[in-house]
Amino acid sequence: MADYEIHEHDVLVIGAGGAGLRAAIEASSMGVSVGLVCKSLLGKAHTVMAEGGVAAALANVDPKDGWETHFQDTMKGGKMLNNWRMAQLHAQEAPERVKELERWGAVFDRTKNGKILQRAFGGHTYKRLCHVGDRTGLEMIRTLQDRGVHQGIKVYMECCVSRLLKDGDKIAGAFGYYREDGRFVLFKAKAIVLATGGVGKSFTVTSNSWEYTGDGHALAYDAGADLIDMEFVQFHPTGMVWPPGVRGILVTEGVRGEGGILRNKDGERFMYKYLPESTKNDFAATDEEAKTWVDAALEGKQTEARRPPELSTRDNVARAIYQEVKAGRGSEHGGVYLDISYQDPERVKKKLPSMYHQFKDLADVDITAGPMEVGPTMHYIMGGVRVDAETAATRVPGLFAAGECSGGMHGANRLGGNSLSDLIVFGKRAGAGAADYAKKLTATPTVSDESVKAALDEMEAPFSRPNGVNPYDIAKALNQIMSTHVGIYREEKELEAGIAKLEDLKAQVKEVGIKGTKAYNPGWHLCRDLKNMIISSEAIARSALSRKESRGAHSRLDYEDIDEENWGHVNSSISKDGDRMKLEHTPKPEMPDDLKNLFKKKEPVNA
Amino acid sequence: MREALLKVFRGEKDSGEYVTYKVPIEEGMVVLDAIHYIQANFSPELAVRWNCKAAKCGSCSAEVNGRPSLMCKSRMDKFADGEEITVQPIKSFPHVKDLVSDVSWNYRANEKIPAFTPAADADWTFYQEDIDRVQEFRKCIECFLCQDVCHVIRDHDRKDFLGPRFMVRSAGLEMHPLDTVDRTRFLKEEGGIGLCNITKCCTEVCPESIHITDNAIIPLKERVVDEFYDPIAKFFKTVFGGKKK
Amino acid sequence: MTDSTKTETPSVAAGGAQKAHTGLTTRKDNWWLEPALVACGFTLFIVYATFRVFENGHYEIGSYLSPFYSPKFAFDWWKFSPAILILWIPAGFRATCYYYRKAYYRAYFWDPPGCSIGHMGGHNYTGETKFPFVFQNAHRYFFYLASIVLIFLWYDVYLAFFQPTGFVVSGINLFMLLNVILLSGYSGGCHACRHLVGGRLDCFSKCESTKQQFKLWHLVTKLNEHHMLWAWLSLFSVGLTDLLIRSYEMGYVPEMRFF
Repeated sequence: MADYEIHEHDVLVIGAGGAGLRAAIEASSMGVSVGLVCKSLLGKAHTVMAEGGVAAALANVDPKDGWETHFQDTMKGGKMLNNWRMAQLHAQEAPERVKELERWGAVFDRTKNGKILQRAFGGHTYKRLCHVGDRTGLEMIRTLQDRGVHQGIKVYMECCVSRLLKDGDKIAGAFGYYREDGRFVLFKAKAIVLATGGVGKSFTVTSNSWEYTGDGHALAYDAGADLIDMEFVQFHPTGMVWPPGVRGILVTEGVRGEGGILRNKDGERFMYKYLPESTKNDFAATDEEAKTWVDAALEGKQTEARRPPELSTRDNVARAIYQEVKAGRGSEHGGVYLDISYQDPERVKKKLPSMYHQFKDLADVDITAGPMEVGPTMHYIMGGVRVDAETAATRVPGLFAAGECSGGMHGANRLGGNSLSDLIVFGKRAGAGAADYAKKLTATPTVSDESVKAALDEMEAPFSRPNGVNPYDIAKALNQIMSTHVGIYREEKELEAGIAKLEDLKAQVKEVGIKGTKAYNPGWHLCRDLKNMIISSEAIARSALSRKESRGAHSRLDYEDIDEENWGHVNSSISKDGDRMKLEHTPKPEMPDDLKNLFKKKEPVNA
Repeated sequence: MREALLKVFRGEKDSGEYVTYKVPIEEGMVVLDAIHYIQANFSPELAVRWNCKAAKCGSCSAEVNGRPSLMCKSRMDKFADGEEITVQPIKSFPHVKDLVSDVSWNYRANEKIPAFTPAADADWTFYQEDIDRVQEFRKCIECFLCQDVCHVIRDHDRKDFLGPRFMVRSAGLEMHPLDTVDRTRFLKEEGGIGLCNITKCCTEVCPESIHITDNAIIPLKERVVDEFYDPIAKFFKTVFGGKKK
Repeated sequence: MTDSTKTETPSVAAGGAQKAHTGLTTRKDNWWLEPALVACGFTLFIVYATFRVFENGHYEIGSYLSPFYSPKFAFDWWKFSPAILILWIPAGFRATCYYYRKAYYRAYFWDPPGCSIGHMGGHNYTGETKFPFVFQNAHRYFFYLASIVLIFLWYDVYLAFFQPTGFVVSGINLFMLLNVILLSGYSGGCHACRHLVGGRLDCFSKCESTKQQFKLWHLVTKLNEHHMLWAWLSLFSVGLTDLLIRSYEMGYVPEMRFF
C-alpha cells in the first residue's frame, strides 16, 4: 500500500468558505483541536464571489424591520417548503452574527449616522442587506480567515477529501490527497463538518467556480446521510451572456437593489407582467412609483412608494427573462437589458465597483453609459444534506453540514443575501455542534486499514488506464445533459431522458483514465470530482422528476401550477440504498401556531 | 477560425521546457480559456491554479508575455494576430508544476501581523469617511501578483520583507478607526518596511487597482518615521501622548 | 478541433532541461523607454542646474530674481555662488521625494529598471534601511524647509508684479507665477505633507478638529494623486524660469511686457 500522512483532530472541517471558516472558528474557540481542509488556497472559496450582501434584520435603514419579517420573507421566498426552525434561527441570529463580523474587523459600508448600511434585494420587504460595495463575500471570507489564523486552526490547503471513513455507524475520519504533489492523507477525526458548497460545475452556464462539484453532497450520501430538496436549483436571473468566454459570470442582484431596470429589446419594462398575483401588491405598479422608491433609497429616506418590480424573487425574474428571450424579445446575444446607466456614474462606480470593472474589462461595456446584457445562470442549490436545525447534525453520528451543501433552510427558492447569513449562522452552529459531539464522545472511533486501502485504490485507479476515457469529455457531456434536460424548465420526458444518459455516464466514468504523475494533475483531480458531480446531478434529476408541480425554482412544463395539497407538505429525500439511489417523500416539519399566525396578518409584523 | 499560439512552460520544480500550442480564438476569450482548451484537448495534466474565472478570487496569477497578470483578465484580443503568447508561472515563489507555484510563504507571513484589536468598550459607530481608506485595502483578492513583481522578493529574495500584500493588510488594520494596536515597530523590524524603495511595480500590476504604494506603504513609512526617525514628532508624542490607547 | 496540433518549440535547450525564467525578461514592450527618458530628463536638469549654480551670475535683473538664487543670500564672508546656500533645500526635497525616489531608483540604480525585469542593480540590497538611503526618512524636514523657500518664491513673484515703477505684467512674471503655482501644487501634494495634515489619524470623525483635518487631508490627497505630474511640470518650470531670466538678463529675449 502506498504511503499516506496521518493527522488527528477532534473536529475536521471540510471546506473553507464562510460556513467552514465560521465552523472552524467556533469549534476551536470551544477548546477542541480543529483541522480545516480546503480544496483551494485559503480565502479563495466560492464565498469570495458573493457580491450583494448579507441579509440581517438590523433595522438600520428601515426601522420597521425585525426577525419576524425576515423569517416571513424567507419562508415566502422558499414557497413555505423551508425547515421553519432553520429559517427562524437564521432570522433571529443573523444580526448578531453580522455584528460579530464587524467586531472581528469587517468594514461594512456605513449609513449617514455611522451604522452598517443596508440595501434592498429581491424578496426582502425591507432594506436588509449589509454590504461592502459589491464585494461582500470577499469582506466576509477575509475577516473570518484573519480571525481563524490567530486561533491555532490547522489549515490543509489545496487538499481534497475523497472519502469519509466510519467506525460502525459513526464518523471516524476522512481520506484525501494534496493537489500539489498527490500525496495521500488520512485524517482521523471524531466529528466532521461538511461545508463544501454547491454543485454548479455540472451545468454549462453557471456563476460557480470549479470547486463546486457537489463534494459534500456526494460524501454525505456515500456515508449514509440523506439529501433533501435536491430538485430546487436556483438560476440567478442576471448572469453575463456576452462574450462567450464570460457567459454565466454573475451580475449582482445589487444592481437591481440599487435601482437597475430590466427591459427587453423593445424597451419594455417587462417585469410588471411577471409578478405573481400573491405578491403583486408589494411592488410598484408604475414607473413613477418605482422611481420614487429608488430616489428615496438613494437619499436614504423613507417612502410610501413600493419596490420596483425587478426586486421580485430570483425564480420569478429568471423565468421572466427566459420567457422574454424565448418569445423573441431578447437582446442581441440572447439575454435582456439591465440598465443602471441613468444614475450618476460616480455613484454607480462607488456602489458597484466590481460590476463596473467586470463589464469594462471583460465585455468592453461601460455600465455607467449603457445597459448590460444579462440572462439566467445556474447559481445555487437549495437542496442538500438534511440537518438538525439546532446543531447542524446529519443523521450520521459525527457528521455535520452547513452552508450550501446543507438543505432545508431555503426551501424551494433562496432569497438573495440569505446565503451569506446562512453561512455564519449555521457555520457557527455546526462548529459548536461538532465540538460538543466530539467532547462528549467517550471512545475515539478507529479507522480500519481496509477502508483506507479501498479509498487509496479508488484514487490510484485512473492511472491504471492511461488510455481510458478523457475526464474532460465526460465533464462536458455531463454539462450538456444537465443544461438540456434538467435546466430552468423541466418536463417528464426530458428528465427521464436525462436520467438515462446519466446512467450511461456512470458506466463511462468507471473507465476514465489519466496520464502523467500525481503532481498537480488537474485531469486526475477531475476523475475524482466527476463521481461527486454525477451523484449530485442524479439526485437533482430524480428529485425533479418526482415532484409533479411547479414551486419556487422548480418549474415543470407538464405541471405548471403549485399543488399545495399533494406537494406542499413533503420534501423529497435521496439516500443511498446499496448501489442505487433511493427516493422518498418525507413529511415537512410542521410550524408551530405562533409562527403560523404571523402569516395570517396582512402586513408583515414584528412581535 | 483565428488561432493563437500559446507558449506554455511545462515542467516540475523549475525544470522543463516551453511547449507551443495552437488554440482557436473565440470572441471575448481570455488566456485562462486558452489554457483550459489545452487541458481539455491536448493535455489534461497541465497544472494551473484557478477558481472563479471572474477576477474575484485571485488564483490564476501567472506571467503573460513577461507581465504578472491574472490569466482570467488577460484578453486574447489584445495580442496581435499570430503573436506567440508566452505563459510562465510566477517567478518569486518556488515552482511546483507547469503554471503553479508554491505561495504558502505568503500565508506564513500573514500570520505574523498583529491581529485586529478593538477596545473592549469600543463604540461601533463610525462613518464612511473613516473607512474609505481601509475599504480600498480590503479590496485585495490576494492574487500575490504584487508579491511576485516586488523586486525585493523577486530579485533580492529578501523574505524578511512582508511584501506589498501584507503592507496593504497592515495598513488596513493600522488605519481602522477602532483598532488599538500600534504596529510601527513591527513594520520596521519584522515587516522590513525600510526594504521597500517604493518603485511602485506592485501598484502597476494590482488587478484591483489598489494604490498600494501611495495609499498603504508610504503612509505606513511616514508613521514609522514618526516613531523612529523624527525626534520632533517623537517629542510631541511623548509629551502630549500618542493617538493609540 | 482536428486542425489544432501541438508543436514542440525548437527553443528547447538541447541536452538539458530549461528553467521557467531565464534572461532578463520575457516582456516584449519597450520597457527600457521609460527609465531611459527619465534618466535623460534628470541628467539634463542636473547638468543645467549645476552649470547655473557655478555660473554665479545672470540671475537677477530689475525686479526679476531667478528661483535658483532665491532667497538671495549675499554675504561678504561667502565667496562662492549664493545658490549653493539655497539650492540644497529644493534639491534635498526632490531627492527625498517619494516620487523621485521611484524614478531615480529605476532610472539610475536599475533597482529595478522596470517591472518584472530581471536583476540589473547592485548586490547586497538594503533598500532604505542603511546609509545613505536611510536619510530618505528626513523627507518631511526638507518639506518644512522647502515650504519656507516657497514663501520666498511667492514673495519674488509679488515683487515681479508690483515693481517700484508700478504694476507690471510681462511674459517673465507670468512665467514666474506659473512656476510658483506648479511648485505649490508639487509641495502641497507631498506625501509627508499628506501624512502631517491628517494621514496620521485613524479616525477622522472623532471631533471637530479631526473633521477639519480630514478636509485638508482630502485636498492634499487630490494633489497627491498626480504627484508625478506636478513633480515633472514644476521641475521644468523652475528650470525654464531661470533660463528665461538668464536669457532676458543677457539680452537674448525681450521682457514681453503687456502693461
